[in-house]
Amino acid sequence: MLNYIWFGMMAIAVAAGIYNGTIDDVTAAAIDMAEVSVNIAIGLIGIMALWLGIMKIAEESGLIRVIARGLRPITLRLFPDVPADHPAIGSIVLNMSANMLGLGNAATPLGLKAMEELQELNEQKDTATNSMVMFLAINTSSVQLILPATVVALMGATASDIFITTILATLLSTIAAIFAVKVLEKMKRFAPATVPTAAASEEADHD
Amino acid sequence: MIEFVVEGLSSIARYIIPSLLVGIPFYALAVKKVPVYEVFVVGAKDGFTIAVRIIPYLVAILVAVGMFRASGALELLLDFLAPLLNLIGFPAENLPLALMRPLSGSGSLGLLTDLINTNGADSLTAKIGATMYGSSETTFYVLAVYFGSVGVVRSRHAIPAGLFADAVGALSAVYLCKLLLF
Repeated sequence: MLNYIWFGMMAIAVAAGIYNGTIDDVTAAAIDMAEVSVNIAIGLIGIMALWLGIMKIAEESGLIRVIARGLRPITLRLFPDVPADHPAIGSIVLNMSANMLGLGNAATPLGLKAMEELQELNEQKDTATNSMVMFLAINTSSVQLILPATVVALMGATASDIFITTILATLLSTIAAIFAVKVLEKMKRFAPATVPTAAASEEADHD
Repeated sequence: MIEFVVEGLSSIARYIIPSLLVGIPFYALAVKKVPVYEVFVVGAKDGFTIAVRIIPYLVAILVAVGMFRASGALELLLDFLAPLLNLIGFPAENLPLALMRPLSGSGSLGLLTDLINTNGADSLTAKIGATMYGSSETTFYVLAVYFGSVGVVRSRHAIPAGLFADAVGALSAVYLCKLLLF
């Protein structure tokens, strides 16, 4: 899937660039974005270190387990293949809480921590599990209780008008995400390859 | 009433990060006798490796998205989609933002700013745009970062599910604003 989308985006960009006469912009964007990507990643180091350090303390003190146990009835349904007291559940819950409160800076490190813990349960390390996809989909549909600061700044006094519409829209998109994941994960074309073929395992050896 | 809730929630939010930064180590130190400084440093060590690990995935996704944006392909797609979406009452002015939102955070913020400046923050167009922006995330970026951090390359149904949710979010923004605000 990602192979086709990734290639497709670049191929369409080059074709549209030729058609629109914007091919120089396409080239410049490719080179710029490569640099921007590294800056984003480097910029994450400090904030990641901070939250991962705090999370480690929360883990060692047993706080994560307490949180995970409390929300067991919900998480058990959304992430059936994760054991209820696994640390991944605690990180997932914290990431979602941070998202709901609009704390983007804290949400990313917590989310990556959750991913790492979900990966421990993954038998095929290069393939997403059902729980990983569910977690990602809930994240990208962005459950929010607070308007992003940028929107408040831009909208000024009318920001409170869109408070309810934003919460409802985000709620509907999250429900849609959960529904879509649950339906799609059962489809054959999205099933993880159960037995690695000779070619695939050879490919893995080369990495 | 709504102003009160909005203000209340944002002022609570201001205290959450400082409370967590102090509260978690306090609980660990006072109740569980965890050596907090030593444990913090062990956990923080992973910050560097994770941030560096996502670089190749970010480069792959952001370069493709950047090229796509710069080429003007989105405008071509708009011309094609606008008449179709008009049929279901989706305003043409909000379409660029809806298509940009899953691809680029800075790009969609730019479009939203433009919508608000040209139409005024009071207009339905601006309110739909702001709702759209606030109710969804940069799907491709989040996918690259989250899956990239653990080396997952086969995303399975993540993109179709994410884009479906984005579409539902965008349509909800349009209809909710039309229903509730005007």
